[in-house]
Amino acid sequence: MYIKYKKPVAINCWASVAGKKEGEGPLADKFDETVADDYFGKDTWEKAETELQSRCIGHLLHKKVIDAQDIDVVLGGDLTNQITSTSFAMRNFARPFVGLYNACSTMAEALLMGACLVDGGFADNALCLASSHFCTAERQFRTPLDYGGKRTPTAQWTVTGCGSVLLESAGQNAFITSAQIGRVVDLGVTDANNMGAAMAPAAADTIKRFLQESGTKAQEYDVIYTGDLGKVGSILLWQLLEKEKIVLSNHTDCGNVIFGEKQNVQSGASGCGCGATVLAADILPKIMAGELNNILFVATGALLSPSTTMQGESIPCIAHLVNIKSKKEVQKK
Amino acid sequence: MRTNKKQYDRMVKGASPKSKVAKNCVWAFVVGGSFCVLGQILTEVYAEYMHFSLGDARQLASITLVGLSALLTAAGWYNRLARRAGAGTLVPITGFANAVVSPAIEFSTEGFVTGVASRMFVIAGPVIVYGTLASVAYGVILYVRARFGI
Repeated sequence: MYIKYKKPVAINCWASVAGKKEGEGPLADKFDETVADDYFGKDTWEKAETELQSRCIGHLLHKKVIDAQDIDVVLGGDLTNQITSTSFAMRNFARPFVGLYNACSTMAEALLMGACLVDGGFADNALCLASSHFCTAERQFRTPLDYGGKRTPTAQWTVTGCGSVLLESAGQNAFITSAQIGRVVDLGVTDANNMGAAMAPAAADTIKRFLQESGTKAQEYDVIYTGDLGKVGSILLWQLLEKEKIVLSNHTDCGNVIFGEKQNVQSGASGCGCGATVLAADILPKIMAGELNNILFVATGALLSPSTTMQGESIPCIAHLVNIKSKKEVQKK
Repeated sequence: MRTNKKQYDRMVKGASPKSKVAKNCVWAFVVGGSFCVLGQILTEVYAEYMHFSLGDARQLASITLVGLSALLTAAGWYNRLARRAGAGTLVPITGFANAVVSPAIEFSTEGFVTGVASRMFVIAGPVIVYGTLASVAYGVILYVRARFGI
C-alpha cells in the first residue's frame, strides 16, 4: 500500500544508543552514547534492553529540550517475545503507546504509522523507536551465549542498539513524504542462519511496488537504504531487482555499515536496532547536513519464531519503506 | 515478482559463501586432538603416578575434562575457542559439558528451578535420550546374539 502524506511530516530530532561492539565499529563516534557494559548496569539481558531504550529516549528528550509529558504518542517495538523490552520501558515513561512488531522492519513500520497519526492531525508529535540486543535475541532465537557453536558464513550479528526519532507536524531538518506498507513475501528459505537471503525478496517487492506507485525511478534517490540484509541479502536484492529491470546502483545496507571488516560478523549486522541506529546516527545527520537530499529507508523483517523454525517452516518476511527528504528537496517540488 | 521459489533457491546457493571446510577441519583436528592428548596424559598420570586402576584412571580423566570445560565455559572462554574449533570443541566430552553448563548459566536469571534445572538439558537432552535408547537397542542385540549364538 502506497501512502502519500498530505503534508511532509517533519523529523527534527533523533537519538541513538549502542553497545560495546557497535562502539568499536565505523559509526562509533556518531552514536549519542555507546555503553561498554552490555548489561547496562542491570542483572538480566531483558532489563538491559529496557534500559537501552530508556536511555535512548532520554537522549532524544534532552536534545529536543522537551518533557516526556509533551510526547503525544509512542510507537515502537523490539525482538523479544511479547516486545517486553519496549513495553517495560514504557512502564516508566507513561505516555500513550502503540506496541509494534514486524521483526527488524519495526523502525520503518513505526515511522510510517507515526507519520499517519501526525499527518492526519491526530497527534502533534510521535516518538518512533526500535531496539535490539544481541544477548536477548541470541538466547531467544538461537543458543545460550556461552554455548560453543560455530557461526555459519551466512549468519548475521544482532545489533545491540536503539534508535529513536521524533516526528512532528512542522519542522526543518528532514521530512517523511511518502511510504510503502510492505507485503509478506516468502520465497521458501528455511535456513534461519541466512536471514538476508530470506528477507531480500520482501525488500525487492516493496521497492518495486513503491517505484511503480510513486512513478519514480531508483536512480532519483541519493541512496536506497535497506535495514539488515547483510552481504548475502544485498547481492540477492540486486539480482532480484535486476530481473525486474531495476538497477540498484545507489544501494547501501545498514547491516553492512555498522561493523567493520575485522569485527568478525560473517554476513553483516541484523536486528531492529540495526536500521534504527544507522538511521539516527548516520542517515538523518547526513540529511540535515545536506549530504543527502532524498533517500529511501527500507527496513526488512523476518517473521519467524523458534517454534516455526523447528517445525521446518520457511521464513515469511516483510519490508516497509519510508521516503525521507531534506528541506531543500521538499521545497523543490 | 518474476522469480519463483526454485529459481530463488539456486540464486541463494550461488550468493551464500560456503564454509571453509579445509581450514575448519584443521582447526577441529588440532583442537579436538589436543583435548584427546590431554585426556591421555591425565589417564597416564592417574594410573602411573596416583596408582588408580586403568578403568578408574579413564573415568577420572573424563571427569577432569568435564570439570575443566565447565570452568572454561563459565569464564566465557570455551565459546571463543569453539568459534574457530567447531567440531573440535563440540565432539569431545568437553563439548557435552559446555552444552549443559552454558544453558544453566544463561537461564540462571529465571531461577534455580524454572531456569537452571529445567533448561540445563535443553541442548544436551536429546543426546541423553537417544544415547540411552541406542544403548538399550545395543543391549537387546547383544542379548539376542548371546542367547541364540548368532
